[in-house]
Amino acid sequence: MSDFNKSSLSEIVSLIKSKKTSSLEVTNHFIKNIEKSKKLNSFITTCFEQSTENAKNFDKKKNFDGLLSGVPLAIKDLFCTKNVKTTAGSKILENFIPTYESSVTNNLWSEGAILLGKLNFDEFAMGSSNETSYFGNTINPIGKDLVPGGSSGGSASALAANLTPATIGTDTGGSIRQPASFTGTVGLKPTYGLCSRWGIVAFASSLDQAGPMTKNVEDCALLLEAMSGYDKKDSTSINKKKEKYSKNLNEKIKGLKIGIPKEYRVDNMPKEIDNLWKKGVDILKKSGAKIVDISLPHTKYALPTYYIVAPAEASSNLARYDGVKYGYRSKKGKNLIEMYENTRGEGFGNEVKRRILIGTYVLSSGYYDAYYLKAQKVRKLIKNDFDKCFKNVDAILTPSTPSSAFKIGEKTNDPISMYLNDIFTVPVNLAGIPAISIPAGQDDKGHPLGLQLITKALDEQKILNIAFAMEKGIGFKQSLSRWWE
Amino acid sequence: MSIDKNQVKKVAKLSRISLDDKKLESLSKDLASILNFVEQLNELDTKKIEPLNSVIDKTLEPRSDKIDDGKIKNEILKNSPDKNEDFFIVPKVLE
Amino acid sequence: MEKDKFDYFIKTEKNNWEVIIGLEVHAQVISDSKLFSGSSTKFGAKPNTQVSLVDSAFPGMLPVINEYCIEQAVKTGLGLNAKINLHSIFDRKNYFYADLPAGYQISQYKNPIVGEGVVTLDMPYGSKKIGIERLHLEQDAGKSIHDLSPDNTFVDLNRSGVALMEIVSKPDLRSPDEVNSYVKKLRSIMRYLGTCDGNMQEGSLRADVNVSVRKKGEKKFGTRCEIKNVNSIKFMEMAIDSEAKRQIELLESGKTIEQETRLFDTKKNETRSMRSKEEAHDYRYFPDPDLLPLEIKQSFVDSLKKKLPELPDEKKDRFIKKFKLTPYESNVLVSEIDISKYFEEVIKNADIKLAKNWIIVELFAVLNEKNLDIKDSPVSPKNLASLVNAISSGEISGKIAKKVFEIMVETGGEPSKIIKEKGLKQQSDPKELEKIVIKVLGENSDKVSEYKSGKEKLYGFFVGEIMKASSGKANPKLVNDILKEKLKK
Repeated sequence: MSDFNKSSLSEIVSLIKSKKTSSLEVTNHFIKNIEKSKKLNSFITTCFEQSTENAKNFDKKKNFDGLLSGVPLAIKDLFCTKNVKTTAGSKILENFIPTYESSVTNNLWSEGAILLGKLNFDEFAMGSSNETSYFGNTINPIGKDLVPGGSSGGSASALAANLTPATIGTDTGGSIRQPASFTGTVGLKPTYGLCSRWGIVAFASSLDQAGPMTKNVEDCALLLEAMSGYDKKDSTSINKKKEKYSKNLNEKIKGLKIGIPKEYRVDNMPKEIDNLWKKGVDILKKSGAKIVDISLPHTKYALPTYYIVAPAEASSNLARYDGVKYGYRSKKGKNLIEMYENTRGEGFGNEVKRRILIGTYVLSSGYYDAYYLKAQKVRKLIKNDFDKCFKNVDAILTPSTPSSAFKIGEKTNDPISMYLNDIFTVPVNLAGIPAISIPAGQDDKGHPLGLQLITKALDEQKILNIAFAMEKGIGFKQSLSRWWE
Repeated sequence: MSIDKNQVKKVAKLSRISLDDKKLESLSKDLASILNFVEQLNELDTKKIEPLNSVIDKTLEPRSDKIDDGKIKNEILKNSPDKNEDFFIVPKVLE
Repeated sequence: MEKDKFDYFIKTEKNNWEVIIGLEVHAQVISDSKLFSGSSTKFGAKPNTQVSLVDSAFPGMLPVINEYCIEQAVKTGLGLNAKINLHSIFDRKNYFYADLPAGYQISQYKNPIVGEGVVTLDMPYGSKKIGIERLHLEQDAGKSIHDLSPDNTFVDLNRSGVALMEIVSKPDLRSPDEVNSYVKKLRSIMRYLGTCDGNMQEGSLRADVNVSVRKKGEKKFGTRCEIKNVNSIKFMEMAIDSEAKRQIELLESGKTIEQETRLFDTKKNETRSMRSKEEAHDYRYFPDPDLLPLEIKQSFVDSLKKKLPELPDEKKDRFIKKFKLTPYESNVLVSEIDISKYFEEVIKNADIKLAKNWIIVELFAVLNEKNLDIKDSPVSPKNLASLVNAISSGEISGKIAKKVFEIMVETGGEPSKIIKEKGLKQQSDPKELEKIVIKVLGENSDKVSEYKSGKEKLYGFFVGEIMKASSGKANPKLVNDILKEKLKK
């Protein structure tokens, strides 16, 4: 029937609800695509039998009440899915099968969606290129030697390659927005606390946030609406009434003030990124928005702050992977301590080990004040910067990434150069505010680049509306030869 | 502040991660470079600033004292690499 | 025991040493479910049947705090006359152990829920105030069982996540006796409040003991050592004594004390070092990012304060004033809430003076012998009151009452029934008694002559014979009156 490759999530839902297609037909389409796309290595686990079974059941019951009725979705393998292997991209959870479902994915299934499979990503969400996964790196459909970004690389890759109509990822320092920028897709990190963290393998608890990754802004609004919501099992979950982001989506942004922070114009910024930024400004002006120069003075300190706070929290969150209750246990080890050391030495990859060690160090006696406490204070300054600006502007526009997708292996030898990928995305996580990356154009190699919009906390409708308006103005189109099939 | 191999060894011990000499060498380099990178925070005077522990403007919402969990012994033990019907089993601590 | 001066100093040939003790008591909170999860806290359940995904730290699990545990901590703080901190923070205490599934314990570090307070002890040499440094809430760990297998440890996580209150005293204690009194007082306060059952055998009350020594008169504190996980008061006393002596011996031979953690070996009656050759614990405390700050309203604290039951110190003062008890008696009767309840029940309808003696002397002797708590007493308060009344009314003598009491203990029966069945009613008819006295004196006329000529000791003999003749039932006072009269002639 239709070539769902060209359909958006919203269109597919609409087709299913109007009975122009069935859940099974859509599911089979994506299964075929996935089976032909092993080269990309976007998936860690597929569950085709379960998917088709669920699709068939959906078609029998025909419950069209859900926001995502009958749509198959692949999910980042960091969300615990009941009875389906959840690996966190790591050897240490290689065969872990949760007996419980994460709150966010449960929301999706309640809205009628169906699980297609679990997507690849950097181990424990630590990375910016999907090169640290135990299950091998994922390739960017844009080019066979390019990284898809990270940590949600498998998600972005699968989305751009039409292996799933939409997906969800997690964003701790840019892990949704950066891969979105690298693959020409849309990625939103919601306000901290808007989506529940219950059942998501934790990386850095005060920064992690689940979010939608979609082909366009309309889909993003729909998916956000489906996945978000208060969860009393998560003490950091915000208790507020659910908003109808999808229904209230519009492009009326006339009179809104958009801030352009001077500190984001970094040294040696590639010209094409600067040009795209200007292009974005022009589009906003055309839509009637006002452009304001603003300053976020502590921007440059965000990355070092992040690389203290996130590893510190991770070092503690990953202590539970000790081979006792679940997961990998080393066969070496004559006593408990040896068993721990070997299990974790063998089970964790290098980037994870780096971060655990840094995290342990910055929390340790004698260093806590100089590092962790200091970082949490600078974090306050960074948040204050944003709070101050949002008194005068409705949103902030910046580039999403300092470059387009780089080559596989290009940055794996130098952790710092890898970390610098997150320079524009990290401040947002530290402040707990929402941000979205939308594809804005291409660099001279033809690789996509994104622009980022940031608003104050709980202003998702506004951010979606501005993105929606910009999307129309940009008119980004991406058609890929399916070279990997 | 720099970090030497002995400090890395100590930290690895605290984190219960085994490191062979080669890894110790490369990790020491990486950690030194990361710590060097984060040093720039010292450029800022934060004496009068309160640390930000949470970005949410909220305090703890307690739950009521109800027994609504547990009694799932099989589920709890199911994933363990070494167990019997009732317990998790681990090698002994060297005392 | 009745000393009027504090005198626990360890005297050696060279010096007079003072012992400084501080206690960290871990008290399991009485609540139905755990501090951050909804599993049951009941003692004695089959292994791993009271464990949730949160308790066993599965990936993605998050803590949610139990409101009743907060209430219990605040109540305990009020019972310790302590400052309640309206703003407090939960921190992670990071270390690895098989019974700590998350690799960290949720505790409170710099901002505990309760601040400084004070507890008053009644020592023989007067009342002494012991400062409380703080009280905080934290999770308990699971249990590691080492003796079921030679190579392996078995782990039961039932206890993992149960709420604990850690009560830290200031280093104000100076002797094993004071520690004994302090622990009992804490226990008593918490039992009165219903916040902890203080059952040391079941592990709901444990203590780490910090001991240091200094020469008498010195102002500076010496280096202290921590003796971990002492689970009975008796062992605490022994451990303090042996540790103090160990430190003194070291210091007197010119060595220094290393600050370390030690364990008390109950068989050898000595402490030994626990620290392995590796690094000491670095707990890397930091605020738990899965939790937010805990804010308590002053109105909440005030409402709890209003609802507090009468605490041991208040009750003691009231008993002294209202019932004219001595401080010692009052202390004994309020030491346990169950004892005070028993006493107040008995004296509803019985003479206070008699009642208190019967409880403190007779009943306690029985309970001690049979190793029973007063709530398992074979003699109910109602029945004890009846017994006391039978004595007050003259129905039986004090001596007979003891016999009746014995039977009550055996059978749990009512005194009036027993008196009737056994025919133990006191003989108080003067005419009948006179008959018996005359008979006895008649049968012992030689002794009567001896008595009248000066052998006054024989008085007791006559009383004894009269008692025998009346099967012990003769009213002693009347016998006395009548006998005296008859012997005058």
